[in-house]
Amino acid sequence: MSFWEYAPAPESASVANLHDRYRMFVDGEFADGSGAPLKSINPATGEPLAEVATAAESDVDTAVRAARNAFERTWGPMPGSERAKYLFRIARLIQERGRELAVLETLDNGKPIKEARDTDIPTAAAHFFHHAGWADKLGYAGYGPDPRPLGVAAGIIPWNFPLLMLAWKIAPALACGNTIVLKPAETTPLTALVFGELCQEAGLPPGVVNVLPGAGDVGARLVAHPDVDKVAFTGSTAVGKEIQRTLAGTGKKLTLELGGKAANIVFDDAPLDQAVEGVVNGIFFNQGQVCCAGSRLLVQESVADELLGKLRARMETLRVGDPLDKNTDVGAINSAEQLARITELVEAGEAEGASRWSSSCPLPERGFFFSPTVFGEVQQSMRIAREEIFGPVLSVLTFRTPDEAISKANNTPYGLSAGVWTEKGSRILWAAQQLRAGVVWANTFNRFDPTAPFGGYQESGFGREGGRAGLEAYLDV
Amino acid sequence: MAKTYKLYVGGKFPRSESGRVYPVHAADGTLLANAALASRKDVRDAVAAARKAFPGWSGATAYNRGQVLFRVAEVMEGRRAQFAAEVAAAEGITSDAASAQVDAAIDRVVWFAGWTDKITGVLGAANPVAGPYFSFSVPEPTGVVGVLAPQDSSLLGLVSVLAPVLAAGNTGVVVTSAQRPLPAITLSEVLATSDVPGGVVNLLTGTAEELAPRLASHADVNALDLTGAPPELRPELERAAADTVTRVLRPGRTEPDWTAAPGLERLRAYTELKTVWHPIGT
Repeated sequence: MSFWEYAPAPESASVANLHDRYRMFVDGEFADGSGAPLKSINPATGEPLAEVATAAESDVDTAVRAARNAFERTWGPMPGSERAKYLFRIARLIQERGRELAVLETLDNGKPIKEARDTDIPTAAAHFFHHAGWADKLGYAGYGPDPRPLGVAAGIIPWNFPLLMLAWKIAPALACGNTIVLKPAETTPLTALVFGELCQEAGLPPGVVNVLPGAGDVGARLVAHPDVDKVAFTGSTAVGKEIQRTLAGTGKKLTLELGGKAANIVFDDAPLDQAVEGVVNGIFFNQGQVCCAGSRLLVQESVADELLGKLRARMETLRVGDPLDKNTDVGAINSAEQLARITELVEAGEAEGASRWSSSCPLPERGFFFSPTVFGEVQQSMRIAREEIFGPVLSVLTFRTPDEAISKANNTPYGLSAGVWTEKGSRILWAAQQLRAGVVWANTFNRFDPTAPFGGYQESGFGREGGRAGLEAYLDV
Repeated sequence: MAKTYKLYVGGKFPRSESGRVYPVHAADGTLLANAALASRKDVRDAVAAARKAFPGWSGATAYNRGQVLFRVAEVMEGRRAQFAAEVAAAEGITSDAASAQVDAAIDRVVWFAGWTDKITGVLGAANPVAGPYFSFSVPEPTGVVGVLAPQDSSLLGLVSVLAPVLAAGNTGVVVTSAQRPLPAITLSEVLATSDVPGGVVNLLTGTAEELAPRLASHADVNALDLTGAPPELRPELERAAADTVTRVLRPGRTEPDWTAAPGLERLRAYTELKTVWHPIGT
């Protein structure tokens, strides 16, 4: 071990309070599902973590019925000031059990413990705190003096930020007076089920929150259920389109947070060291499994060589490995399927003539890992420049003029996020205005806050989450 | 003798590419005129014109857009009698009732004209994020909006669905009421002689049955208003719109009461909220 290496600093897996079996959470109780149980895998080892009950069609019916009853009998009629207290209590409980939830999230998802600990869990708590304050102030939200809830909401969330995406769906739904049936992702259901315990501890009336683990078929049944009034989906663009088709003609309200292919634009006057940090954060945060990941680096030609040199040097210092090690920067890819998809797209990039460079860091022998990778000589027509890779893979393109940067950045059917790096204030504001994306980070990247609306343009979806704008999705307006 | 009218696309008045026309009758059955029967190719041309006009219109200042819309109202005022006669004939209502509709339509344009420089303040925000960042959110126009205009309310309904599209900074392709298109045709003459840049509004006379599917599936249409779509066609249109995650405004199955005060729903429907972050430091 050289002077610059760290000793391992593992977090204790026992903190996660892992059970052998997890059950669905319906009508305030944990119950065996009628679906075939699934095994949740630890992506860092490839070993099963726990067995999880899944929902069959009858369970979807039961959960929606429970949510409907709760909406009509307890949660709907309850004054907002009372609903607020439950949300505050849930936020507190997330904080109090934060360490346990962070470790469990890391085990189930493969993300580095430092990210689960410092981003996922605190931001999830923040979302409940923020929305707790909305519950009794909806008349001030700009949708009229007494906006009404929609009824039963269905939330379908992805595996990249399991508890955080749960919070993004459940907190506003409940604040607005709806009840909810949530389907966590097939590969990451555990923290959502522990969240059921939090609901019990908070004394939340039965049926207000229901959690149905399972695969896409459970989500599809939930979306198509006639007694669901609103669907909120975060996930792939392909599935989002399918949901929009399913809901065609039903009049149900829909919000979609879909994929992205964000451009991170570095101008020649940018603070390059900071830009490198931002580019690294933009694409390697959560192993690049982020819908708003900065997966296309657009760098001005005159500084491209210098920036790429610095970028490769910085990438060499990224520690890939055990997600439970507090020193780990890049953890495990969430599943074997996702690893295969990343591998396939990277091979396509090589086959199409882009030049691949990967960090030389050793990868663990077990589990699903992928080296931080950057592609040079990328053309806009290549798959790696067009398709969402959802992995630690960055494509680099260059530009000469600001207009060219914007036109390349906007040359995508997506429009979720973008990054701009320059010291020139007027250029930042100009670029922010020109970029067709729902979130623009200037001289920073991947910032999230419950007060700041988040959501996409074009095929990155519609509707916003967070802030006053985010309430619209859960109100009959 | 009945006139034969043309389409309004890209600031010009072309014939339908198909060469077709159809007769327009008054509510009492009298032949009023012939209108161009737009084809799917006309939809494509209109979308292309709307796309081309989008950067200029969306990039104009809110003050400028407001001025242009006020001007539209002024020019409408000058054609008040013509509009009233056309509305009366089309809808089979008294001339007093028709005049009231025209006045309400002019007021509606004025109302939306006044919104252009207020949308940002009302729908946007400075976000008090928990960190050393300045974060703000601003509404921006969604893009090209395909509008299936109401079938019944030939002028008030039409401006009620078109004005918010324009006030929010979008460009539009409008399929007019099939049976009652003459007030829309006169509106296109108003638009052409006011300060609305060519292509910002494109008006196609024809049937929603034929034109709506093309509008719904067009990848360059960003939002779709189903108000005047036949109810039995709506699920199919929504499915087609899903192919490119097109935003769909789904009003009720019967036409809204256009005399009621409009809210912000349509302005929200055609805007995207952009959140911008920047670090704060010395």
